[in-house]
Amino acid sequence: MSDALATRRSAPVRIVLLGFLALWLIAAAFPFVWTLWGSFKVQSDFFSIQDWTNAIWGVRTEIETGSTFTDDGYRGAWVEEKFGLAVFNTLIVTLCVTAISLTFGTLGGYALSRSSYNYTFWILMTALIFRAMPHITLVSGYLLPFFELNIWGYLSTSIVVLVAINQPFTIWMLRSFFMNIPKDLDESAMVDGCTRFQAFRYVIIPVMWPGVITTGLFSFLLAYNDFAVTTMLLSKENQTMVPKIASFLGSTQQEGNVMFAVAAVVSATAPLFVLVLFFQRQIVSGLTAGAVKG
Amino acid sequence: MKHKTFLWFMLPSALAMLLFIALPIGSVFVQSLHIENEKVLIEVENCVPLGGCTKETVVDIEASARLKAERPLGVYNGFGTYTNRNHLATTEIAQFWRNSDSLGAFAKQVYGLPFYKALSFTLAYTFIVTPLVIILGFCIAVCVNALPRIFKGLAIFFSLLPMMVTPLIGSLILFWMIDSRGVLGKSLQVLMENPDLSLKASPALTWVMLMVYGVWHSAPFAFVVFYAGLQTVPEDTLESAIIDGASRWQRVRYVVIPYLMPLVTFIALIQLMDNFRVFEPVVGFSAEASATSLSWIIYNDLKGEFQLFGSAAATSMLTILGVAILLAPVLIRTWRDFKGAKT
Amino acid sequence: MKHLKIALLGGVAVAALASTAYADGHACSVTSGSVRVLGNEFPAIQTIAAKAQECVSGDATFSSNLTKDHRDIQVAALTPNPAEYTSAIVANGSIVPLMNDGLIRPLDDLIAKHGADIPKGQLITINGQVMAVAFMANAQHLFYREDILAEAGVDAPTSYEGVLEAAKAIKDKGLMEYPLSGTYKAGWNLGEEFVNMYMGTGAPMFAEGSAEAAINNENGIAALNMMKALSEYMNPDFLTYDSNAAAAEWEAGNVAIMNMWGSRAGPITDNEGSTPEIVAATKFAAAPTLGEGDELATTLWWDGFTISTNISDEDAEATFIAMINGINDETANANADQAVWLSPGYEPSPAAVGVFASANAAPYPMVPYGGLLHTALGAELTDFMQGNESAEQALADVEAAYTAAAKEAGFLQ
Repeated sequence: MSDALATRRSAPVRIVLLGFLALWLIAAAFPFVWTLWGSFKVQSDFFSIQDWTNAIWGVRTEIETGSTFTDDGYRGAWVEEKFGLAVFNTLIVTLCVTAISLTFGTLGGYALSRSSYNYTFWILMTALIFRAMPHITLVSGYLLPFFELNIWGYLSTSIVVLVAINQPFTIWMLRSFFMNIPKDLDESAMVDGCTRFQAFRYVIIPVMWPGVITTGLFSFLLAYNDFAVTTMLLSKENQTMVPKIASFLGSTQQEGNVMFAVAAVVSATAPLFVLVLFFQRQIVSGLTAGAVKG
Repeated sequence: MKHKTFLWFMLPSALAMLLFIALPIGSVFVQSLHIENEKVLIEVENCVPLGGCTKETVVDIEASARLKAERPLGVYNGFGTYTNRNHLATTEIAQFWRNSDSLGAFAKQVYGLPFYKALSFTLAYTFIVTPLVIILGFCIAVCVNALPRIFKGLAIFFSLLPMMVTPLIGSLILFWMIDSRGVLGKSLQVLMENPDLSLKASPALTWVMLMVYGVWHSAPFAFVVFYAGLQTVPEDTLESAIIDGASRWQRVRYVVIPYLMPLVTFIALIQLMDNFRVFEPVVGFSAEASATSLSWIIYNDLKGEFQLFGSAAATSMLTILGVAILLAPVLIRTWRDFKGAKT
Repeated sequence: MKHLKIALLGGVAVAALASTAYADGHACSVTSGSVRVLGNEFPAIQTIAAKAQECVSGDATFSSNLTKDHRDIQVAALTPNPAEYTSAIVANGSIVPLMNDGLIRPLDDLIAKHGADIPKGQLITINGQVMAVAFMANAQHLFYREDILAEAGVDAPTSYEGVLEAAKAIKDKGLMEYPLSGTYKAGWNLGEEFVNMYMGTGAPMFAEGSAEAAINNENGIAALNMMKALSEYMNPDFLTYDSNAAAAEWEAGNVAIMNMWGSRAGPITDNEGSTPEIVAATKFAAAPTLGEGDELATTLWWDGFTISTNISDEDAEATFIAMINGINDETANANADQAVWLSPGYEPSPAAVGVFASANAAPYPMVPYGGLLHTALGAELTDFMQGNESAEQALADVEAAYTAAAKEAGFLQ
């Protein structure tokens, strides 16, 4: 239907729509583009109190480094502070969290979409209430038991916690996708003699990918951007990108390296750019299936 | 589906949630009903060469440890923590009510209490940001949908950017940009013809700033979901609407929007909940002076030298309660749908 | 708690003699046991951890977790037996929760055995027992611009009243719009500013021998009124200013006087972020007094290491030997600009003069419930600073918030 809507618009409507979209895209992208440009300047330019145009021309950058562009931020983050290690840790955490969340979530979401007993509703409600719990309280509660069990600080612990925290959202979202897949599909397979699991395996899995990809995108972003869990539950050498970036900012008594953080943020967003472009078709087609039933 | 099959399918997910969410919530609830054991304080004298002697108060570790061994959970306090001054402040409010001559004075006094100050901002934020996110997300989705195919990927990527950049740094950079000397702050000053305009100094403008950030940050989520929904609007319904002579606006109003209504419920559900727990912008924009939120109160109890678990636990339970009340209409609707689907 | 100033004053005296005898000839060697250090991540502590590691060889193991969030995990990390870390590096404030729960051990026997030559001033002694060995100090003190003050025709102020006069003179001459700055960000920073100012009155913050707050009085009002008066000369965004923002203002040349952390003196006067003129005119002095009193309106902070209770004696000994080596004169003098070191042979860098000049200030109160009052101050004073309520009301609010919190924590009944 998209093309039907698109092609049948008259010129003024198109201009209004495009104008609005252009405004939004500028609002959405401007801070990032600004940051990208500024990441090649020194701190006193990017955060210039004298004149914000310094961030564009790099006045102080030229004085301090001899050129209007500098890669000091990137060099500092990647070489001095070994940001690469954090990137590697993030890769492990996000991949594992996404994979495990989706595995658990598809099983649970499928079951919830196919059962009509009252407890299904109450499980869904309980999951919602679970999701309302502020993460910081949960994480503070984990600390002591984790230290006592000697599992604090490891990537695997954080992965499990992130998967658990992520479950309510995942099962809710996947359930709505499964609701859209007609019940007849798997039920007729069962009539043909499949067990419930076989029906799931051979009938549902092949058609569920669009929903899984969309849910996966959100799981991925959650793990990628998480701050509360990863700062409190990972030791320094296992830190992922976000706490690592936070540690560049310094503290009350100690000056930080804000430009390292800025360069690191740009570096952290670059793989997402590639990811979105690469998966663009899958994401769009994944979205096509739509989470239509709330 | 049979109970047993259901159980096996649900098990991994349920186990994860039970272990890492239900159990902690239970322990947090128990904790919120207790206050810590009395700390036995003793005065000791510290003498150092040249410095003379000073008196200091320290905790008597042995005596306190004995108390703790007797009552490992602390002293049972019922809902005392919930009603004390740093939470619901029931006594204080009753007193304000008796002593204030006008409703305005009463409201001002209540607003001076930390919990109600945070609640005011939290509610305002939730009820202003949520609808705006839904509207903006819908508009973006319609616009992106109207783009020629080759631009869509790029437009989707840029639209997702506000959600993808780590809020921690995103807000740091935006916070700088809206400084009275930053690029946006300066532009606003020129636009408003007010050279002294500072978004950070005035409480009202700080609220506006946080809400604008909230809308900007969450709109991509609504956009993605709506965009997905738009792909599935049935073509034939639209065609027949066109044949019936429906105008463009009428098609959107009477075909597209009703079709997307379940999605609105879904987004509203998630957004109400997330906005009620607003936290990162408050810290990222250093807005603690003018705007605090319930999650910020919890953070304030847990960070720093001395951690008040009981207090944080009580605020957390109140947050859950608040979310439950907020979502009640949606939940009742879901219950009806559920019942309806069953029969 | 007067010993710290002795360490600082002693440091100056010894430094004049440039004696480094104590550090040399200390061969340290840890060949068994395990050393596991938790601490903040700033360069001085990184250096100490690296130096401590040098001692560890053979079967002994060394690990460190130096992170900004160390305070949030320290109690949970030291509670199990065996504890996750054998040593926690703490400051005045963060040692308190560890002591309250008995998670760190007295060091007297270890000192007798391995650290007899550590000067008394570095030993943090509570109830007759050494609980920590301090290695560096910090304090907020006066930063001022010599050139601007000269142009305005005022001397470097020694009291906050003088600061106000100087600010007025600078503003009246049109030299600067907002001549003052400070770390007034709502929360911990604002609480710290109040504690600093209150110290200037010389009054105690708590009733003697109990956990009752004693700030709701004329001293508290005097401190608040001074803070409010100072804020009139600050950028209107002052309630969002932490050290980063205040330092940036200074480096941009927008500010002539501020009371700032000594640890920021070095970075502010380096060749990054500012012009050579501003750097050359930046001078440091002791923190101002409040009124005519001679109590400096600031608090002294130290950083030191502790040893966990819940570890084997072997590990404790290994950790102690390694850490003592980490904080010796050699470390201090090789990294003189990383911190204001307390070791006896340290020769202060030029950026350290402000902290040394403030050595007579009171240490930040190490009482068990101090942190609770600090949190209450940081949250409840904002309305007053924004001009929405009276000083009396603000202090009453602080007291009420603190009392409720102290009851929850078991300090008040």
